Amino acid sequence: MDGSPLVEARGLTKRFGEFTAVDAVDFEVRRGEAFGFLGPNGAGKSSTMRMIGAVSPINGGDLSVFGMDPESEGATIRARIGVVPQQDNLDEEIPVDENLLIYGRYFGFSRAALWPRIEELLAFAELTERRHDKVESLSGGMKRRLTIARALINQPELLLLDEPTTGLDPQARHLLWDRLYRLKQQGVTLIITTHFMDEAEQLCDRLVVMDKGKIAAEGSPRGLIDQYSTKEVLEVRFPDEAKADIAERLEGLAKRVEILPDRVLLYTDDGDATSHEVWTRGLEPESVLARRSSLEDVFLRLTGRSLID
Amino acid sequence: MAATETLRVVENHARTYRRVWRGSIISTFLNPILYLAAMGVSLGVLVDQGSGRQALDGFDYLTFLAPGLLAASAMQTGAGDAAWPVMAGIKWRRTYEAVLATPVAVRDLVTGHLLWVTIRLLMMTTIFSFVMVLFGATGVAEAVRAIIPAIVTGLAFGASVTAFSATTRDHTGLTSLFRFGIMPMFLFSGTFFPVTQLPGWMQPIAYATPLWHGVELTRARALSFDPMLPTWLHFSYLGLWIVVGSLLAARQLRKRMVI
Repeated sequence: MDGSPLVEARGLTKRFGEFTAVDAVDFEVRRGEAFGFLGPNGAGKSSTMRMIGAVSPINGGDLSVFGMDPESEGATIRARIGVVPQQDNLDEEIPVDENLLIYGRYFGFSRAALWPRIEELLAFAELTERRHDKVESLSGGMKRRLTIARALINQPELLLLDEPTTGLDPQARHLLWDRLYRLKQQGVTLIITTHFMDEAEQLCDRLVVMDKGKIAAEGSPRGLIDQYSTKEVLEVRFPDEAKADIAERLEGLAKRVEILPDRVLLYTDDGDATSHEVWTRGLEPESVLARRSSLEDVFLRLTGRSLID
Repeated sequence: MAATETLRVVENHARTYRRVWRGSIISTFLNPILYLAAMGVSLGVLVDQGSGRQALDGFDYLTFLAPGLLAASAMQTGAGDAAWPVMAGIKWRRTYEAVLATPVAVRDLVTGHLLWVTIRLLMMTTIFSFVMVLFGATGVAEAVRAIIPAIVTGLAFGASVTAFSATTRDHTGLTSLFRFGIMPMFLFSGTFFPVTQLPGWMQPIAYATPLWHGVELTRARALSFDPMLPTWLHFSYLGLWIVVGSLLAARQLRKRMVI
């Protein structure tokens, strides 16, 4: 396997008028990995994806995809990638299988080559029984799976997924994650944007945390948690009357204390011990929950804000 | 390279059209039948009994109306296919976003779309001409001669309205275009009566509309008289709308989609 990155960005910048959506970011995506952009809405994730997908011109820095320049070799790049946009853009008025056929024709495949591929993709997306139905009759999860199947019609080396599970129920999300995991096993490189920390933890080998157009940190999910958070977090809720001087009363209890509107997070390596100490100090919280640190905590630490407002 | 991409866009338009062709063909037949029966035949009797014939250069009203209505209907088909479907592609269904994520470029998308509009115009004008002959408005040869100028008229609107649709933000812009542009043109650009019947100040406006050139040309070809301006000039004026409209359409769509 050659070591050169599939996607390489140096000082990559995107501006819309006065507003800088992507502010001089550097990153590399290697062949075969699942790479994530984690950040809240408006962080610049989708703009970055559109530049990688060679549908949005860059305004500064350098970007190469498969070693090519998206500006001059856009069509060649687009022929080798699959795109799952944030909002489904299927042709709702035609049947499921014809959506795949039509899309495949845009890539120049013959009908004879497409039909066996369509059979495979329908099975992969669990849509074989719905193949003759119009897209508008499908559920949200089915449409999402069809969008992914459509993105795979050209057997892409790189799949771009922009918020793949937003708006789906938990069951539909897990089915989708399973499909993405299978693709990764088959060697497809995945780039995923998400504002769900569990999605990033489940799917990504490596990710960057993005906020306000900049990259705040980079690493594996585990590595980022180790670097920016403690092993465990104690989530404590207090009644309103106890909230006034809570910061002073908690002092020294944990390595770091975050006071959120609805709860207090105590960052500690031993949740149970800290919990015990909370009671010892006579603080009388409404509820106490010890859990492992997550990427949400990493994001909070890096930006002072939570991922989902 | 780009030519094959353009043809794929046309092919996929046709594939999508297969789902709706029955309804589409029926209304394409029904439209001229209703208009020619109501206006050409029923109203025409009154016109022919009055002083109509002198004003219409000796033609009976049905004969005068039919080729004009052919050009005006081509305008409506061209403009209609370039309005809501384009807005749906850009905004409502976002299918253009999906197409542009493939090797197809904006230029291929616009050219393919306009080629498809041309095919639709060919189908529509052929059916219309057939109905014209059925009504006895013209002979077969005259009806066939009217097809090309009518298609050119429709395409002038197809191209320029595509540019408009790629520019306007939402459906209110399209509704206004039809209410204040297409509809008045339909009524006042020589389709139903000669422009010379209009008040003096309105006549230059009518002569500037692409529809008047289309109606004049189509009627002259169908009824074998010399149009007001040389034929090549009418064609050139419509051609200008096609060329400028297509270039603007590609430019505006690029501005809208490739950001």
